[in-house]
Amino acid sequence: MLSFIIKRVGQSILVLLITGLVAFSMFTFVGDPIDNMLGQERTMEDVERLRQQLGLDQPFIVQYYRFLEQAVQGNFGVSYRQGRPVAEILLERAPATLELAAVSGIFAIVLGIALGVFTAIRRDGVAANLIMSASLIGVSLPTFLIGILLIYLFSVELGWLPSFGRGETVKIGGWSTGFLTESGLKALILPSITLGLYQMTLIMRLVRSEMLEVLRQDYIRFAKARGLSDRVINFRHALKNTMVPVITVIGLQLGSIIAFAIITETVFQWPGVGLLFINAIQFVDIPVMAAYLMLISVMFVGINLLVDILYAFIDPRLRVAA
Amino acid sequence: MTRFFESDIFYAFRSSPVAIVSAIVTALLVLSAVLAPLIAPTNPFDPASLNLMNGFTPPMEPNAFTGDSFFLGTDDQGRDVFSTILYGLRISLFVGFAAVLFAMILGILLGLLSGYVGGWTETIIMRAADVQLTFPSILVAMLIFGIAKGITPVEYRDQMAIWVLILAIGLSDWVQFARVVRGATLVEKSKDYVAAARLIGRSPLTIMIRHILPNVLSPVLVIATISLALAIIAEATLSFLGVGAPPTQPSLGTLIRIGQGFLFSGEWWILFFPACTLLALALAVNLLGDWLRDALNPRLR
Repeated sequence: MLSFIIKRVGQSILVLLITGLVAFSMFTFVGDPIDNMLGQERTMEDVERLRQQLGLDQPFIVQYYRFLEQAVQGNFGVSYRQGRPVAEILLERAPATLELAAVSGIFAIVLGIALGVFTAIRRDGVAANLIMSASLIGVSLPTFLIGILLIYLFSVELGWLPSFGRGETVKIGGWSTGFLTESGLKALILPSITLGLYQMTLIMRLVRSEMLEVLRQDYIRFAKARGLSDRVINFRHALKNTMVPVITVIGLQLGSIIAFAIITETVFQWPGVGLLFINAIQFVDIPVMAAYLMLISVMFVGINLLVDILYAFIDPRLRVAA
Repeated sequence: MTRFFESDIFYAFRSSPVAIVSAIVTALLVLSAVLAPLIAPTNPFDPASLNLMNGFTPPMEPNAFTGDSFFLGTDDQGRDVFSTILYGLRISLFVGFAAVLFAMILGILLGLLSGYVGGWTETIIMRAADVQLTFPSILVAMLIFGIAKGITPVEYRDQMAIWVLILAIGLSDWVQFARVVRGATLVEKSKDYVAAARLIGRSPLTIMIRHILPNVLSPVLVIATISLALAIIAEATLSFLGVGAPPTQPSLGTLIRIGQGFLFSGEWWILFFPACTLLALALAVNLLGDWLRDALNPRLR
């Protein structure tokens, strides 16, 4: 077990080093930092002095090491576009994305499991079949079109919900939250549905197929023979046993929710990290791009590692295979 | 030709209404994209043909000032929406096909190489594939687009955007091909005909391309069709986000991005028709890919 964990952690660190290398190369190969910092009137001595000051005369590997050292401490330099430290901007934007991701995650999990159980129990019902067909169309629709559709229905035609922004936010410490005001809560609804819909269909289809599999097992038949009520059988016995794969998928989808928040945030002009990243690409703001890349790769690699280790605890066969 | 009409694939196709409808829709869209200069009533990128007075004409209604009428209306600059859709479809399809072709060639080469050569080559290629698979491909495409944009000089950025887009989507999608080709190559490698080819002294490159490649192509075809739907959606998403096709060469995604700005002022047609076209295209190609996968893989039926 220990050797498995060490091996997986080693692989994860290697992946992080490689993404770090990509992020670092962006600085080195995209534009010259000296050009960005010195104006038109400069002498060769100025350039040379700055080069030494910034450590750009050092070998590549030393520069890379320094970059990693700084990155681990959360220092990603100054945004070319906003002129402020990237870490500061990211911290300011993070609550918006995390709140959006949390609400859409809960939406996806609760509704996904509920609909999955429903469509499995009422397998041949009209409603269940309708839900299944709708979910097929939902998977083929690009996320941004779903967002636009929701805006058109609920903001333009009905005028019930806002179409952009976070509404009013309240500051608690360094965290700005939209949970405490009415406009903030209203603003969360449409983006959360847009972001969570794909994950919801995924969870729903998974729960459905797992439930159908479990409901065929002998212990379910035995529970029926014992005269237990349908409710107890479906929820206590069947649903509980579908949870292992569902939890894995939920874990792996967490990262995707943050990544796909980029699209949702752009559609709804949600002031989060994703919108920041898109703007950074449009204006070639390298420090912000590099910081986002590092942040998201730490998250993805971390989640993958955690899921793998949890899985190895549950299923001993995997320890040997790896 | 008669052999094709009597084949199992054609029979499966004829007996599946979904496949027939989606094939017809796909064919119509591809055809109208190819023939866009002939079908389109105006060339939306020729400033001389535009009349700003025609801006915001609703579909099928004469303009209040000029009396001109447009099938699907006009946008803010007086461009005929029907024509922009035809030209946008051209760009969307071109980027989609080119990106999949690029991903396919890259994936096949790397897959063959890692499957046939093995050793360190295989470890490096497949590790790289694993790392890339950790991230959603749309994120990888965005990142490659951002880096490539940074490297291109400012004055060429708009011109190069389409090619950068193809590169980004293609590079984000090669892993699927490489994995499948590698797996199939490992199986083929141990067969007698490969040993025979080696025995008569054929070079490894010839064996890979001439002997193994034709035998691993059928799963590649299925992945290519499914990838095409994904690539079209990826392109539309990137362009919609403003990190894809520029407004000077709008694809369907760019048109939707432009149209979204007029949603609140009531000019719904600028958004609605490009969105419907994209939806029809994505859905048709998707269904076609699903059908092809089932048809070529009888075990899954």
